[in-house]
Amino acid sequence: MKIQQLSIFAENKPGHIAAPCRLLADNCIDIRALSVADTQHFGILRIIVSDPNQATKVLEAAGYVVKPTEVLAVEVEDRPGGLARILSAFERTAINIEYMYAFPFGHGERAVLIFRFDDPDAAAQALQSAGVNVLAKNELFNR
Amino acid sequence: MAIECPCHEGLHIFEDHFYPEIIDPDSGRVLPEGQEGELVLTTLSKWAMPMIRYRTRDITALVPGACGCGRSLRRMRRIGRRSDDMLIIRGVNVYPSQIEAVLLEVEGTLPHYQIILTREHGLDQVEVQVEVTAQVFSDRVGALEALEERLADTLERVLGIRIAITLVEPQTIQRSEGKAKRVIDKRGQT
Ligand SMILES: [Zn+2]
Repeated sequence: MKIQQLSIFAENKPGHIAAPCRLLADNCIDIRALSVADTQHFGILRIIVSDPNQATKVLEAAGYVVKPTEVLAVEVEDRPGGLARILSAFERTAINIEYMYAFPFGHGERAVLIFRFDDPDAAAQALQSAGVNVLAKNELFNR
Repeated sequence: MAIECPCHEGLHIFEDHFYPEIIDPDSGRVLPEGQEGELVLTTLSKWAMPMIRYRTRDITALVPGACGCGRSLRRMRRIGRRSDDMLIIRGVNVYPSQIEAVLLEVEGTLPHYQIILTREHGLDQVEVQVEVTAQVFSDRVGALEALEERLADTLERVLGIRIAITLVEPQTIQRSEGKAKRVIDKRGQT
């Protein structure tokens, strides 16, 4: 249920986000989701890829610093209140969201939210008991 | 030319053979006992190769007062730095070894780093570029900003001046023969 996300350190300069992505593409590694958190000086590229082990190897061989983190993927229902229902699950349990990002899913009609929690296991449990569909890794790549 | 006694409060100098002085490395003036400066030695017993006020480039200080061991030979502090490494930034003496010690203390291991000196509006500006290592890298922006902050705060406490810290990608600081060039002084160009 937990999904491995890779984070890569990048300087906040033109081309520094694109370069590792190109490297992965050249190695036939599929990037399913991508988000960049940046400050004035640096950025953190966060990606979810088809083969995180191979991606880590390729990136580290090229000199990048890579950090794996466990995140949760949640599908947002395409009806009113879909997102609100997910977020209210956290309010009740006082689970802290470190950060989150969204990406389009299916044929672009739906959205998946990626959540980074301090305690992903407790968060997964809270989401499931609230009736939220937490996606497994194959569901993320096989649709 | 000097040896430590069981009191471990400095090295006793063989004053019967060497005459020590501590000078200001910039002005050459002799400094009072206890003050830090460059060690200058004059040999008193050598016939073939005497040294007269030889500048050692070592930064130390003479330890004032008598030693608990009873020896009356004057003491000097253990040598930690060399004057030829010294940078003068906004009038403050800064040694790269001090910066290195802070990086090591904060990060646990010594990362590759570079000190870049520039001059803006007549003021010296210092930036320390530090390569990010797997040990300190985090997927959270806050954790990396906290690292920058901790490095800058510790440097300020040690040096007395605020220095800008920039985290850079691994393998981006130029190395010559495996060793990084530690100081880039661009102050003459601006
Ligand atoms: Zn003694």
